[in-house]
Amino acid sequence: MHLATYLGLLHTSLTTLADAFREVGRGHGEEPDVRHTCQVLAARVDRQAEALAPVVERYGEHREEEPERLHATGLDTTRGGPVGLLRDLQDLYTLASLTDITWTVVGQAAQGLRDRDLIAVVASGEQDTARQLTWLRTRIKQAAPQALIAAR
Amino acid sequence: MADRIADIWGARTPHAKDAPWPVRVDLHLDRGLAESDVDRWVQSACVLCSNGCGCDIAVRDGRVVGVRGRASDVVNHGRLGPKGLYGSWQWNGSDRLTRPLVRRGGVLVEADWDTAMDLVVRRSRELLDEVGPLSHGFYTSGQLFLEEYYTLGVIGKAGLGTPHMDGNTRLCTATAAAALKESFGSDGQPGSYSDVESCDAIFLFGHNMAETQTVLWARVLDRLHGPDRPVVVAVDPRRTKVAEAAVESGGVHLAPLPGTNQALMNGLVRELIAHDWVDHGYVAAHTLGYDDLAATVEPYTPEHVAGICRVDPDELRRAARIFGTSGRVLSTVLQGFYQSHQATAASCQVNNLHLLRGLIGRPGCGVLQMNGQPTAQNTREAGANGDLPGFRNWDNPEHVRELAELWNVDPLTIPHWAPPTHAMQLWRYAEQGSIRFLWISATNPAVSLPELPRIRDVLAKDDLFVVVQDGFRTETAEHADVVLPAALWGEKQGTFTNVNRTVHLSEKAVEPPGEARSDLDIFLDYARRMDFRDRDGQPLVTWSDPEGAFEAWKECSRGRLCDYTGLSYDKLRGGSGIPWPCDDEHPEGSDRLYADGVFPTHPDVCEDYGHDLLTGGTTSPERYKAQRPDGRAFLKAAEYAPPPEQPDEEYPFVCTTGRTVYHFHTRTKTGRSRQLRRAAPEPWVELSARDAAALGVTEGDLVRVESRRGRVEAPARVGRGRDGVVFVPFHYGYWDTGGDRHARAANELTATEWDPVSKQPLFKIAAVRVTRIGGGTRPAPAPTTTASAPHDPAGVPATAGEDDVREDVAPTGPPTPPPVPDRTPTVPHPASKG
Repeated sequence: MHLATYLGLLHTSLTTLADAFREVGRGHGEEPDVRHTCQVLAARVDRQAEALAPVVERYGEHREEEPERLHATGLDTTRGGPVGLLRDLQDLYTLASLTDITWTVVGQAAQGLRDRDLIAVVASGEQDTARQLTWLRTRIKQAAPQALIAAR
Repeated sequence: MADRIADIWGARTPHAKDAPWPVRVDLHLDRGLAESDVDRWVQSACVLCSNGCGCDIAVRDGRVVGVRGRASDVVNHGRLGPKGLYGSWQWNGSDRLTRPLVRRGGVLVEADWDTAMDLVVRRSRELLDEVGPLSHGFYTSGQLFLEEYYTLGVIGKAGLGTPHMDGNTRLCTATAAAALKESFGSDGQPGSYSDVESCDAIFLFGHNMAETQTVLWARVLDRLHGPDRPVVVAVDPRRTKVAEAAVESGGVHLAPLPGTNQALMNGLVRELIAHDWVDHGYVAAHTLGYDDLAATVEPYTPEHVAGICRVDPDELRRAARIFGTSGRVLSTVLQGFYQSHQATAASCQVNNLHLLRGLIGRPGCGVLQMNGQPTAQNTREAGANGDLPGFRNWDNPEHVRELAELWNVDPLTIPHWAPPTHAMQLWRYAEQGSIRFLWISATNPAVSLPELPRIRDVLAKDDLFVVVQDGFRTETAEHADVVLPAALWGEKQGTFTNVNRTVHLSEKAVEPPGEARSDLDIFLDYARRMDFRDRDGQPLVTWSDPEGAFEAWKECSRGRLCDYTGLSYDKLRGGSGIPWPCDDEHPEGSDRLYADGVFPTHPDVCEDYGHDLLTGGTTSPERYKAQRPDGRAFLKAAEYAPPPEQPDEEYPFVCTTGRTVYHFHTRTKTGRSRQLRRAAPEPWVELSARDAAALGVTEGDLVRVESRRGRVEAPARVGRGRDGVVFVPFHYGYWDTGGDRHARAANELTATEWDPVSKQPLFKIAAVRVTRIGGGTRPAPAPTTTASAPHDPAGVPATAGEDDVREDVAPTGPPTPPPVPDRTPTVPHPASKG
């Protein structure tokens, strides 16, 4: 069953995303709202990963060979300046979007398997991911004009 | 005669529930003058807090010589507070800016208006050519007039086309506006001061009303001294007069640890739900989000909350029971919530308590999301802050089109790709150098913004052109490239609106000093010199005086909740202030909103599509519409999250900043009033008795308070606050110190952090350490009449003034409150489900 593989991908992308939020929060300490919100969101992603862990374990015995390129690349460093902030937020957006669609994929399989526990974990995970994307979109929309037009 | 320094709230006029509040006319005149010496009385309203008390200015020989409350005004029934009595006019003629100043060779030198305005316009044009409108920022006030804000809003949003406009209202009432928008769809106070007369219980959430709105507190005291008195519940870390009244009335004083309000509120909401003190019919018909709210608050048991907030769980239960079982509850909210962590979320929970019980829109059942400044409501209405004029929604293309049509400009001129820039972001852009032109009017950010060391650095930047427009040479003016001398209250004409939507006309009583000009005239002059044009090449700003601006604003407000079309200067003369909405069908205005439980949440009318309370992420128009709010209010929920800065071993205390009754803002006026200055001459640091003992500090000892950002040194008042909390008044800057040691202003300590939704800075939760640095020779200069009273009164002289106020009790009958419309004007009704 390939679900186990996907659960592994989801779990990895969640931990990658949490680390990326923390990294961006750290790297943009001069933007207090970014720093604080990234910390809050990272803690929530941690909780999602924790909630998923028992499910990963349950299906883990049926693990197939992992297909190629099923890995989210994280953020090692952050960039400076207004345009750098924009780019880093976009990287977070990309990672969160990958997580988002992976929840969808796993949720579909959970329906097919009638796995109530997993359905519940997915529902709450999807809600949280929507919240991340909403905030990122809001902050990116706010930052873009100033960064691209007026910043030096 | 009365001493209104010692007796802050004046003589009691007790009355029973549902009986009108009696009149008491307060009068204060310059020494040696009697009423017969006054040449003219000029109608106005007081601008030294947010209450909006109607008053008459006494003029003799072209000078203001006193002030008298207006008996006929629905706001104050003749009363005035100590600031209004003593601080309204004594600054007149002392230390005023009388000529423009321009920076030459590093120093400010006097210049004429042409020279000063030429400099401003030249820099403005250069930057527009080089970068465009995003290089311009405007930071204004909560103390100008409506006409001035609207004119500034049009200049910024349609003339220049910059989104970078905000007011210091961001520091004072942004959360009030945000909480009203999130819950009810639009800014606009649901309740009224007249709810005080009819309530059975009053809840004050982070609102030291006794000091911040003394006349309203006098109104509460008159109920508390009468028969069938209401029960008071106070949420405040200090033992304020409000907290004392709570205990005396059989209510509750909850003193949560600063930064934990959201946990406390979730606990109160949960208790209401757990005991089923819920009007399920009202909730089903008039709200959205009950299930989500109930699920969110479920973990917040009294014991769990007690652990977070460090309050007694039984006291929390008792407070919830009072809310859940009293017939009519009035709630008020202010800076203890607005300037603290999760400000919007916690303030929304106050709205939720009322919605759950259906206590809204009826006598005695008000929610008053208060303001801090007298004209804050107008900044919010007129679009000189982070909102579009007339409570319009930046994310609603139809609303933007309406404005474009009204102003006859291309809709793309009006920035609406995101909400208008909030003040903290505006300063960040200035710090980063993308805003290079910053026009500051009628506010003093060098004292009032958080983290002052940083603000001074920003103001000092070589590539930031700073214009400061003020009546005094403030701490901020010292950093300016151009200083424009402005006329103040009593020297110019205009209208302003208080917390409960009551509009007053303030007439010009005397000439401004020297060459000072009204703020309106300065903005109009800038518009003329910049030659802002509309689509057809006609001047963009079509008015030239206050009344013209007011008439233009009326058109902008037409059909919106803040409808002014039924008002005029003439109508505002002679009687009482009138609360909006006021249109042809409601010519006497509206005392309360939402009597029928229908709210302005329809997607076509709402001011905002809302936010995620935890992150501030904005709800998309599509998602908002999919909820089909159709006139129902939102029960917005959020979990408690720990504040960004908490006490630790290195900085073990929480520092909370705030006001004292005798001063306003940065004391530019009140610090120049003899009586007020004597009552609270210098800053102090308030410690709890136990904390002081542990630190080896006794009354009057000099202490140093340090945060990660800066320090304050002042004498200690061993006071009556909760342990672990240090209080520092925020009024005291440096204009009257002569020195440049920056160790006086409370904002040396505060952090650059803000609420995710309202973007209001967190002034109330800086982590600090306290060190004794020397013995004192006398008690701290903190008033004894208020929350700063000493723990041990022995040896501390009582704060007192002189017998110089006449109080005339019940010379006339009380004014009649305005009517309450059955349906809120301009709010669309959902199609009746037949």
